[in-house]
Amino acid sequence: MRYLPLTDDDRRGMLAAIGVPSVDALYSDVPRKVLLDGPVDLPGFKSELEVERHIGALAAKNLGAASCPSFLGAGAYRHHIPAAVDHLIQRGEFLTSYTPYQPEVTQGTLQYLFEFQTQVALLTGMDVANASMYDGATATAEAVMMANRVTRRRRAVLSGGLHPHYRETIETHGRFTGFEVTSAPADANGAEDLAKQIDGNTSCVVVQNPSFFGHVHDLSTLAKACHDAGALLVVAVTEIVSLGLVTPPGEMGADIVTAEGQSLGVPLSFGGPYVGLFATRDKFIRQMPGRLTGQTVDVEGKRGWVLTLSTREQHIRREKATSNICTNSGLCALAFNIHLTLLGETGLTKLAEINHATASRLADRLGAIPGVTLLNETLFNEFTLALPKPAAEVVEALAKRRVLGGVPVSRLYPDDPSLANLLLVAATETVSDEDIAAYEAALKEVLK
Amino acid sequence: MSTPTQFQAAPMQGERRVRTISGNKGLQIEEPLIFEQGMKGRSGVDLPAVPQHKDRLGALKRKGEIGLPGLSEPQVVRHYTKLSQKNYAIDMGVYPLGSCTMKHNPRLNEKMARLPGIGDLHPMQPISTVQGALELIDQLAHWLKTLTNMPAVAMSPAAGAHGELCGIMTIRAALLARGDARKRILVPESAHGTNPATAAACGYEVDPVPADDRGRVDLAAFKAKLGPDVAGTMITNPNTCGLFENDIIDIADAIHGVGGYFYCDGANFNAIVGRVRPGDLGIDAMHINLHKTFSTPHGGGGPGSGPVVLSAALAPYAPVPYVVHGPNGFALVERGEQAFGRLKGFHGQMGMFVRALAYMMSHGSDGLRQASGDAVLNANYILAGLKDEMTPAFPGTCMHEALFNDEFLEGTDVTTLDFAKAMIDEGYHPMTMYFPLVVHGALLMEPTETESRDGLDRYVEVVKGLAKRAKAGDAAYFKGAPYHTPRRRLDETLAARQPVLRWKPEAPKKAAE
Amino acid sequence: MSEVRYSQEHEWVKLEGDTATIGITHYAQEQLGDVVFVDLPEVGKKVEKGKELATVESVKAASEVYAPLSGEVVEVNSTLSETPATVNEDALGAGWFAKLKVSDKSQFGSLMDEAAYKKYVEGLH
Repeated sequence: MRYLPLTDDDRRGMLAAIGVPSVDALYSDVPRKVLLDGPVDLPGFKSELEVERHIGALAAKNLGAASCPSFLGAGAYRHHIPAAVDHLIQRGEFLTSYTPYQPEVTQGTLQYLFEFQTQVALLTGMDVANASMYDGATATAEAVMMANRVTRRRRAVLSGGLHPHYRETIETHGRFTGFEVTSAPADANGAEDLAKQIDGNTSCVVVQNPSFFGHVHDLSTLAKACHDAGALLVVAVTEIVSLGLVTPPGEMGADIVTAEGQSLGVPLSFGGPYVGLFATRDKFIRQMPGRLTGQTVDVEGKRGWVLTLSTREQHIRREKATSNICTNSGLCALAFNIHLTLLGETGLTKLAEINHATASRLADRLGAIPGVTLLNETLFNEFTLALPKPAAEVVEALAKRRVLGGVPVSRLYPDDPSLANLLLVAATETVSDEDIAAYEAALKEVLK
Repeated sequence: MSTPTQFQAAPMQGERRVRTISGNKGLQIEEPLIFEQGMKGRSGVDLPAVPQHKDRLGALKRKGEIGLPGLSEPQVVRHYTKLSQKNYAIDMGVYPLGSCTMKHNPRLNEKMARLPGIGDLHPMQPISTVQGALELIDQLAHWLKTLTNMPAVAMSPAAGAHGELCGIMTIRAALLARGDARKRILVPESAHGTNPATAAACGYEVDPVPADDRGRVDLAAFKAKLGPDVAGTMITNPNTCGLFENDIIDIADAIHGVGGYFYCDGANFNAIVGRVRPGDLGIDAMHINLHKTFSTPHGGGGPGSGPVVLSAALAPYAPVPYVVHGPNGFALVERGEQAFGRLKGFHGQMGMFVRALAYMMSHGSDGLRQASGDAVLNANYILAGLKDEMTPAFPGTCMHEALFNDEFLEGTDVTTLDFAKAMIDEGYHPMTMYFPLVVHGALLMEPTETESRDGLDRYVEVVKGLAKRAKAGDAAYFKGAPYHTPRRRLDETLAARQPVLRWKPEAPKKAAE
Repeated sequence: MSEVRYSQEHEWVKLEGDTATIGITHYAQEQLGDVVFVDLPEVGKKVEKGKELATVESVKAASEVYAPLSGEVVEVNSTLSETPATVNEDALGAGWFAKLKVSDKSQFGSLMDEAAYKKYVEGLH
């Protein structure tokens, strides 16, 4: 077995040194009746070549989003990842190291996490950010629980423009930890008014910007309504590239900003692993969930970094911790950090402009097809179309023509027939003029 | 309460310190933050011109600058290469962090996760275009179910602690379904901190169970705490002391006897893979850390993946989504009748699933059994090699990790922390310290199966040498360690008293002077 | 004349009239190590004897400070949020946590005096 260095000679010698007759003797605490005599019923070991063949064959059964014109979003976006990103994250010193609990031998990890925290704070317009969470949905659920702690209230109001997976994740936590969730109905037109939902028990209002349906909002009025009622405004961003062009939530009065960071540096990979971003105001840092990297000095006075404010965390606070989170998404945070460093201010701004331009052009072209209506006045790189027939059927028909045409809203709202004809369409910098033409032609054909 | 950091600089012994002009020390090169090397207008990417378009943002556009630095590609590559060189990693040597399972990460797994048709699959594609992906998840699920002899598995949890949340929520949902949510969860004092944190996050009261003098759950104390308000128990097996809970079947029977469920923390499953099946022990739910047992890389603290195997009684309450065999191939259930809810966006850590399947297939059922045996053999080899110079926490052999207390340091003025820091200078990552809490000054070592015998011999020689040095009365040396790292001991008190959590354009607060 | 008494949870209480000043003992701060943060109650909060009054954190531990007497919080030592090190430097003086308006002075009598507390701490080793 190529990963196991011990030879049979080694094993014999080691057993003798330990003073036991066999490896089985080391399992003597296991009740005899449950100790297996031989391997379980699964295939035997395979060479690299055989494993590659097997998994390669499974991969070949899929239609990869990079192999055809693709327009899917709904919380995960296909972007071009510069070659240097994947090369650098595969350096063994990053890939195969553990959580930086020993700062003297993990300054590399700690420094990039400090840079990552700074980048996230700058992008979102907030004071501080943590060192990452599992994904955007879990980060948003943690934000609600933090708002409950801060306000000592137990009712969250969720926008109808919030990604349904985010909503369901929050609702699940609410059911088990005992807080109330009021979820507004799907807001396909971007016209909802949440201010009247806020009352004296409301801990927070959670909105997504751009919304699940692609609308971009000015949230300042909502922020004021929240603050007047003693509630916090939580803003979720599922397309982080949008912040290259759109006013950041921090400037509009958000108290907590959560985001899905996948768009920068992290491949689609069928939905995970991704990277959750979490940012807030200075005054709330001791209520934050997740790991934090802080700057300090060593005994020689040199600047360095450590994990800090750990007393919030489970390994110290146990049942009183702010969250049960332990592992986060370090390597994806590194990919995000490197991609954004490569882009820089000018790169990110231009990338965001190209995304907006491409989506806007596509919206013009598709919206002009007879029977198709564009629901968005505003958009960043994603929008909602009302089609003359169920979107799920249209998407299947488009896939047969090797066009991944978007996400039918019914996939995420299976119980609401009024949304059956709605289609979410995204366009990033990866969409070419030819892709747009191919989509337009295929959609016309399918709707004929 | 853990021992506070002793914070004092000790001089290098018998060595004249030479300061370089740059502050660099040979291959240890100082590296500023990206924010300190950026230039306006510079970028590491080239992008095409922005096409003509109708502006649909108007007044919603950002007005000011973000404040991101501009670096070219060569600067970026050098920056991260230099940062990487300040890290210890499994790729460099023994990483004996007990309970963390730092084993070799095969590179084939990385290659498989990046295949076209996997790395570029969007989670919301039509199901007809992702049949291979669902089949892969189904195959991994089959391996996990077979190795544990459990009928079902929830694949979506993103890490071990997330798996615990999944398991306890499933238990609560099953209890609620019979109208009896109950109040308490019994958790051994030796448990990892995530266990009590999880139980509390699910609305349960945590009732601690003491360990007996053999480092196992005190069965009598456990039974004494049982009652009709006990929802279940969370027990790690093999436990955090690196020992198999030999009363585990009695524990399972006892908890079932009062109508509660048995959650097993599977963090240490790697010790028994292919040798003991948790389903045979009466366990109702157990998470499997794919990033420990099945070697998906830790990546500096994640991402992980924590699928949860479930008994037949709990299976109906598993969260969405899950893969099923449908009439037209594989299907994904995203709304379940009895499902307790959803834990995260999309379907789980696909990138980790691919790596774990590649790892398991490479080993095969015979190789996985060999791997767990070798992990236990290696740990006992270390235990045998060190037991005369150090003090094992418990008599007898161990499972996959060797646990020592700090008795051997008594009277030396050297603490467990000092000892660990001295290991760093010897070129090793320290073992886990001060955990489990039930052992005084604990030092927990887990070599894993991917270390060679001669590598372990060298490791044992070094650790023994340090123990001798400590006993010889060289405490000052240990207090000052490490000496040869990019940074020496860092002031954690300062970091916590005056938190600086981000870079700021104006000179950062001069912290310690 | 004021008198200082001690609880088994290592809090000290100085009673002047019906106002009790509360802090943690020298032994407690020593056990805790460098104090990095103190979470103080709000003025006006009513606390019961034995219930949580404040939290004190070091780098690697967080401990609850329990109210040794029942009463209402009338003042807190807000300088501790800026300079938590005061708890280490002067636990029995400038490092006080909160002042309570005591509801039942008889509870004071059940606390240990200095000699008894000293003996109690010695017994912990």
